[in-house]
This record gives sequence, C-alpha cells and structure tokens, in this order.
Amino acid sequence: MLTDLSLVEARDGLRRRDFSAVELTEAHLDAVAALNPRINAFITVSADMARTQAAAADAALAAGEDRPLLGLPLAIKDLFCTEGVRTTAGSRILEPFVPPYESTVTANLLRDGAVFLGKANLDEFAMGSSNMTSAFGPVRNPWTRRGDNRPLVPGGSSGGSCAAVAARMALGATATDTGGSIRQPASFCGIAGVKPTYGRCSRWGIVAFASSLDQAGPVARTVEDCAVLLGSMAGFDPKDSTSADRAVPDFAAACRRGVRGLRIGVPREYRSDSMPPEIEAMWQQGLAWLRDEGAEIVDVSLPHTKYGLATYYIVAPAEASSNLARYDGVRFGRRVEGEDLTDMYERTRAEGFGAEVRRRVMIGTYVLSAGYYDAYYLRAQKVRALILRDFTDAYAQVDALLTPTAPSAAFAQGDKMDDPVAMYLNDVFTVPASMAGVPGLSVPAGLDGQGLPLGLQVLGRPFDEETVFAVGAVLERAAGFRHLPAIWAGAPA
Amino acid sequence: MSLDPATVRRIARLARIHVENVEAEHLARELNGILGWIEQLNEVDVEGIDPLTGAAQMAMRLRPDTVTDGGIPELVLGNAPDRAGTFYAVPKVVE
Amino acid sequence: MSGVIEGRDGPWEMVIGLEVHAQVISRSKLFSGSATEFGAEPNTQVSLVDAAFPGMLPVINGECVAQAVRTGLGLDAHINMVSRFDRKNYFYADLPAGYQISQYAHPVVGAGSIEIELADGSTKRIGVTRLHLEQDAGKSLHDQHPSKSFIDLNRSGIALMEVVSEPDLRTAEEAGAYLRKLRTILRYLGTCDGNMEEGSMRAGVNVSVRRHGEPFRTRCEVKNVNSVRFVMQAIEAEAARQVEVWESGGTVEQETRLFDPARGVTRSMRSKEDAHDYRYFPDPDLLPLVLDEAWVAGLRAELPELPDAKRARFVAEHGLSAYDAAVLVADQETAAFFETVAAGRDAKLAANWIMGDFFAALNRTGRGIGDSPVSAAALGQLLDLLANRTINGRIAKEVFEAMVDTGESPASIVESRGLRQVTDTGAIEGAVDRVLAAHPDKLAEYRRGKDKLFGFFVGQVMKAMAGKGNPALVNETLRQRLSA
Repeated sequence: MLTDLSLVEARDGLRRRDFSAVELTEAHLDAVAALNPRINAFITVSADMARTQAAAADAALAAGEDRPLLGLPLAIKDLFCTEGVRTTAGSRILEPFVPPYESTVTANLLRDGAVFLGKANLDEFAMGSSNMTSAFGPVRNPWTRRGDNRPLVPGGSSGGSCAAVAARMALGATATDTGGSIRQPASFCGIAGVKPTYGRCSRWGIVAFASSLDQAGPVARTVEDCAVLLGSMAGFDPKDSTSADRAVPDFAAACRRGVRGLRIGVPREYRSDSMPPEIEAMWQQGLAWLRDEGAEIVDVSLPHTKYGLATYYIVAPAEASSNLARYDGVRFGRRVEGEDLTDMYERTRAEGFGAEVRRRVMIGTYVLSAGYYDAYYLRAQKVRALILRDFTDAYAQVDALLTPTAPSAAFAQGDKMDDPVAMYLNDVFTVPASMAGVPGLSVPAGLDGQGLPLGLQVLGRPFDEETVFAVGAVLERAAGFRHLPAIWAGAPA
Repeated sequence: MSLDPATVRRIARLARIHVENVEAEHLARELNGILGWIEQLNEVDVEGIDPLTGAAQMAMRLRPDTVTDGGIPELVLGNAPDRAGTFYAVPKVVE
Repeated sequence: MSGVIEGRDGPWEMVIGLEVHAQVISRSKLFSGSATEFGAEPNTQVSLVDAAFPGMLPVINGECVAQAVRTGLGLDAHINMVSRFDRKNYFYADLPAGYQISQYAHPVVGAGSIEIELADGSTKRIGVTRLHLEQDAGKSLHDQHPSKSFIDLNRSGIALMEVVSEPDLRTAEEAGAYLRKLRTILRYLGTCDGNMEEGSMRAGVNVSVRRHGEPFRTRCEVKNVNSVRFVMQAIEAEAARQVEVWESGGTVEQETRLFDPARGVTRSMRSKEDAHDYRYFPDPDLLPLVLDEAWVAGLRAELPELPDAKRARFVAEHGLSAYDAAVLVADQETAAFFETVAAGRDAKLAANWIMGDFFAALNRTGRGIGDSPVSAAALGQLLDLLANRTINGRIAKEVFEAMVDTGESPASIVESRGLRQVTDTGAIEGAVDRVLAAHPDKLAEYRRGKDKLFGFFVGQVMKAMAGKGNPALVNETLRQRLSA
C-alpha cells in the first residue's frame, strides 16, 4: 500500500514513476476519510487543494523537475497560517479565520513541491500535552494498550500531526515545539520528531504561543524522513528577527554518519526514583546501542534542569499572555458582543479561549503584573540563564545527550485533566532543551509492557542538528522499531 | 504569595477575560496550585546572574528603510467581525 | 508668568516635566514595511504586521534607529550601545497587538540636555532624562457613528521618539521655550518635522505643585496636547486645579488627564483605567539592539551644525548680538538665508534687514521663507547697491518694497525707476542753493542760532532731489554753505 511507504521511499517511487503523485495523494486522502472520524487528527481536510497540488506535481515530475518534496502528501499543524485555508490554532476564537498569507515554513514546503492534505489538530494554541484542550475535540492516539480499547491521548500539542503520521494518513507533518510539543507526542505515537535549534526555522506565520521558545520541526515515521522535511522547512528568513542567518546543512546525509568516536552524555539529574523501570531500561538499552556503535558514554551534570519545568511555566505563560492579547474580536476571529468595548473584549476572550488557555493567560498576566515581576518572571529568566549554562558546560564535554523523551507512555483520555501540574510534568524531560534553545529529537525505541511505544530523546549543540540526526539514525537502526498501532491505514478490518 | 478571588478578578480584568464570581474561587485554587509548585524556584541561587530573555544568542539585524508593504486594505479588513467602509468598527469608546 | 501661584494660604511653585512624542522621519514604519505618509485613506498604509495578525513578526527599521541616535547626539546625550525593546501591555481598540513595542528598561539614548532662552535674555539648561523608540498606535474616530468607534491603523507602528525631560521646568513659559527649542533641534537634525497640527509632535505634560522648599508632590500627566500654546495653557490650568485641590483639603491623585482647549480646563481620562499595570517585559520577538561604534561615529560626523553652535558662531563670526543670533537660528532656513545674505557683506546690516523689512514683508504677504518673493541673493544685491552707494538707505526701502511686489532684481528696479543716488556735487550744490534761497526766513533763524533747523534743510534738499541725494554729501554741502 502506498500509505505504508516512508516519505523517502515514496519520493523514490515517484521518481521511478512506480506510481503517480495523484495516486499517492488519493491513497492518503482515502486513509484520512476512513480514519479521521475515529482519530480526529485533522481539523480541516483540504482535499481539493491536495488533488490540485498532486496533479501539478505529476506535471512537474513529467517535465523532469526534481524538487525535494515533489508530490509528497503532508499534514500541516493548524498553527501554521496557510493562505486561503482556515487556520484555527485549535481555538474557538480563531474558528472563522482564513489567513491571507502563507507561513514561511509552509511556503518553503510548497516551494519544494509538497502536497497539503489538511490542517492537523492540536492543543488549543499549542498549550497542552494531551491534545485534550483543542476546541475541535480531542485526538485519539492510534495506539492502544494491549487488550484494552480505551482511547489514549496522542500527547501534545502536536498530537494531530503525530497521530496522522502514526496512522499513516500522511507521510509526514509539520509540528511545533515550545516545551516538548514535537518530541512528547512523537514518543507517545511511536514516530520520530525533531525540534531544531531555536532560530533554525522561521516563526513567521506560525500562530505564536511563547515566542522565545516556539520552534517548528517535522514529524515522520523515520529519522531520515524528518531530515528531508527539516531540510525544506529550515532556512534564514529576514521576516523573523530571531531567524538564524545560517546555511542549511544536508541533514539526510548526517543520518548516515554513525556515532563512532562521539561522546554521548547521560545527565545524571534525569534519573529519579520515580522513573518507571521500563523507561529506565529503555534508556540503558539506548546507551548500550550507542556504545556498541562506537560512541563513548559520559556522565554529565545539568544541575538546573530540574527547575526547567517551573521556569517554563512562568516564561511561556508570560509570553503567551501578551501574544494572545491580539485575539480581541476586532480584526479577525470570533467576536462576542458586549455592553461596551471592554465587555466585548472580556466576553470574546472568555468564550473564545478554552479553560487551559484562560488559565495560562491568567498565570502569565499575574507573573508580569506590578509587584510580582521580579519574584516570578525576572527570577525565571535568571534560572533560564543557569539552565543554558548547564547545557553549555555539558557540551564542552560531550557531543550529544541521551535521555528518555517522556516520563511515561501515552495515558488515557481524561487522565490528569483535574490536575494541571500533573499534566505539565509530561514535559519534564523535554522542557530544558526548549529553555536553552538547543536541538532535540525523539526516536521510537521500543514498546512498554502494555504494548505502547516509548521514545528516546537525543539533544545536541546549538545548530548541530547533524549530530542529533546521526545519533537518532543509529538508535533507529538498532531499535528496528517495526510495530504497528491498533489503528492505521491498511490495518486488517 | 497566594491569590484570593479578588486578585483573580483583578488579573482577569487585566487580561480582559470575563470571570463570573463563582468561577473566581475555583480559579484561585487552581492558580494557587500552579504558583505553589512554581515557587520551587525560590531555592535557586540566582545572585549575580544576568537574566536570559531569549534563546537566540545574537544581535538584531537592521532592516533597510523602504516601503515594501501596505496598500492591502481588503486583506487587512477581510477577516474583521465588524467594519464600516475601510474602518474596523468597535463598540463606541468614551475617552 | 512667574511660575508662582498665589494660593489662599501663600504661594505655590509649579514643577513641570515634558514627555514629547516626536514622529520619526522615515519612509517606512518602525517594525514593518508600510508607508508613513500623512493623510492616506483609512487602513491603506497597514500591513498584516501592523494589524497584528497571527504569526506576524516585527523587524526593525535601521533608519529609525539612526534617527534616534542622531537626535540623541543632537541633545548632547549618552548613546546606549546596547538597548532593548519591551512590550507595554494594555488593551485598546487602536492598539492591535494588545501591546506597544517600546523601550522601557533600556532606552537607546540616555541623559542629555537642552538649553532654553527666556524672554528676559537669560538661559537655562533643562535635563533630558532619556529618549527611546516606540510604536505609535492607530487612530480611533468616535464621532462617525452613534454607537460605534471606527479604527484606522495607518498610524499604527509608525516610529516615535519619546523625549522625556527632567522635572526642571518651573513656568509655563519655560515649558514653551523647551518645546520650541526641542522642535528646532529636531528640525535641524531632520529627525522629526515638528508639525504639531498633524500630530507628528505631541506633548504630555507632567505637572505638580508644591510649597517652596518642599519635596515633589503627586503629579498628573496631561496627555496629547497638540500646540505650544495649549501646553502652556494646560500647565496653568492643571496647576491651578491642583492648588485648589490641596487648599480645599483634598489630595491630588496620580492620573492621566486631557486638556480641553475650548474650556481651558483639564479633565480626567476615563478609558485608561488600568494604565498603571502595563506588565512590561522584553519583547521575545526581538533581539538586543547593539550599536556599532563606527556607525555611531559616522552619524556624529554627519550631524549638521546645531542651533546653539550656530548662534555662537553668528555672534563670534558675524558680530551679531546674542538676541539677533537666537532669532536667526530658530529656523534652519532663516539661518541659511542670513548666511547667504551676509556672505561678504555687513552681517549686522544683513541681520537688521532680515529681521526688519524682510520678516515684515513675509508677514504681510503670508509667505514663508521657502516661497519668499525676495531671494537671499536678491536681498544681497540690494545691500550691495547700498554699500557701493548706488542708492541710499531711504531709496533702498523703496526698492525692497518694489522687489516684494514685482519680484524684479534691485538693479533693474533702480535703473527703470531712476533711483540711482546722486553724488554729483554740482547737482547737490545747486539743490542746496535753491533751498536756501527759497527759505530766507529759516536761514535767518538758523544764523541766529537755531541749530536744529539743519535737519529741516536736509529734508528740503532731499525732497528737492526726489530722495536720491547722497546723504553724506548733502550734509557736507549744507554745512559748508551755512557756515559760509
């Protein structure tokens, strides 16, 4: 089945004319039509646009064009503004919003010939680790526990992107990561996901959550697929002041480098008594695979990473409280009328934002408000400086770090909903790299005792995604992860 | 530092989010749970540390002073919930 | 205007500081590529960045930074080589992002000063606390619809420089002098056109009152005052209000007020109620603004001569009085006009002509120096005709008026109207003799000792010569004849 192919296999098949781009896209649209009612991975399916793009790709292929993503169908997280295609950020407040512009990252993908199947579901404004906060309903993880059909969360916030890829509704997807929103759902869904270095991908046209943390990246079923996608997504953009003016390396080539001679750090602070033994075992297994391939394993210390999450829950809501002020019912999106301007604002925002967004906007407003700024926000920025220093010190000794991606496998829909802090703890391993801006990757390493995928996280030096890809690819080959979720295109009925 | 319902209402007002009085109590408890957990940062020694404002470690690029944008009133106004000609319209404001 | 308010229980002193918002002269906005021209159709100079659409990001305009640095250098201020942009968070219909990008904690320009000249000839140095760059907001129109306000974002995102003074001003007159001087400096630098009517320069006035020798009391800010005259009136009105509040046992609350020029009073502003909690924090979409030493040095090297330096030079080089020099440098075009006229000529005479007949003619014709009917070159030619005695002073005024009316050159006016001065001694002697012969009685009186009749004879001779006689020769000839 065409949906069984990896992105690179599909690309090669198209080049060989084994099948057409239209056939490839139709196969994926069929999968979306069949599975989306159960998984809810897409908020908006842009089937007509996808068919037009696929036909154009076939024409280009026939004309001998060779663009990196020509004819490859992708899902686009509904946080990327897409020209003429509704962009909701998973929020009621943006339900009617049709951007008259294309985000830089998606424009780069279109330039390289990609086909967009539709807009992937996500936690509202990317705030969440379960995809339960979307105004368009929760996403269901295609995986289930062995012998237990209860729906699980796909993780978040890029849950729709990861579920779509895991269930083979798309060859790959765009995602964004603010505190773990690419890596944690990739781990939960048994796929690969990469958060590049802050500044590697332009943020222009991506609905902002926390500007100093937000970073776009790819999710796909293989590490090399991620490398190919990132190669297209990344690049300097003068429209984003924080975009890095650096050449984009050949990430796919880096996947073949191996790890011989690399020094891989094991941050001792990531160990804790509360870590499930299966995750600890998976971690040790990962280190053994790397050692077998010629890497040297080194103990390192990241003493402030344990404060990463608390720091994150000051910095991210503070920035979000300001970034989300523009949703006021005046220029776009939903408006709820009120007695006067202030009442209109307050009703628009109370009804337009879901509970988690309201909660974070309130926290962010509070930590920036007069009298509390120094105690919360300023202190958090100083701790953030210490976290970055930890990474800088560690990278003086090692080339990359290996940790588990998440402290658990996917949990059931509805779990942790009444305890925000318990929900936030999902990101405990992913947040420190976000705070430091360094690149990270999650690669599926195996299944836990209940048959759910677990991911390992590789972290690298700023702008050294190549080493991250090299390590990730070695882990992927060693793990030989071939397991299938319960729900996938082509599953026996 | 603990939030009472009155503070919750003040913060909600600053954030322009309508909060019913009955919600304020519940929100105060929830927010206090989060803030209490955040207060672990108080144990970090941050003496003499310069705050880090962002992850990008570089200086700002300056853009040339040329007119490259604008002249698109229909795009700018096309998503507006209420408009009057080429103005956005909002409930009347008394200054 | 002494700055002292006589209250019921004794005198009060005013303490005034000014926050001036000056629109930066630039082609495009501070953080977007939209145009900045005044008076465009609503929402036509708006990008998706200015309207704060989701995912839109600011990118700073280098020329706006250069303009702020030039202004800082012109105010003799410290240039901060590293500065930052913060977000000032508040909700308002004409503030699309829900925050204004401004420089709160780390402005691009630090402390400087402005010297003001007062009517009594004295000068006073007023401290400038800081200058920072920020975005302008859009415009709300409240009078177009019974139940709606209309929003135009053309102004949204245009670069402003906020120049904050120390509370060093003590009278409305000083405040007026400060504003005018700041405007002059900005115009010299070409960083702001200083046009208060179009809103490209707006003043916020911080006013408090106190008993002599007291520490500062609570101040109020009167926002968005749009002329020098209104600033002075607003200060008087607000200070009087505060004195009344204190003397009637009340307390002045720190607040933002508006000046109503029609009624001459200030009133509280209702719409900015939580203005006191702006939740400033560093804008994470932007990076630190780091200036290059050589770049700043280049801007410094290209600065024009500023009014204080020009005034000092006019005094030293041209021998003008401090007052005349100050009048001439108040406007860059006037100063340039003067320098053209004075070049190689009697500078004091040039100054007198410009400040006298020339300014009067501009006033009368309602013209500015830019479209003056008399060019600097033409006025210079007129002074040359005076200097080489082709015409005398009285005829010069007549020629000047003809220049204003016709735009013709002074030489052609003199020739066509036959106004050339008569220096032929024969002709002068003839005229003198005829006058003396015509007034035997006056001559007798003079001879008896009535010396002041000399002037009468001069007048009669000049009249007889249609004003064209060389005054020195006429005097000399008369004296000879009368003493004979």
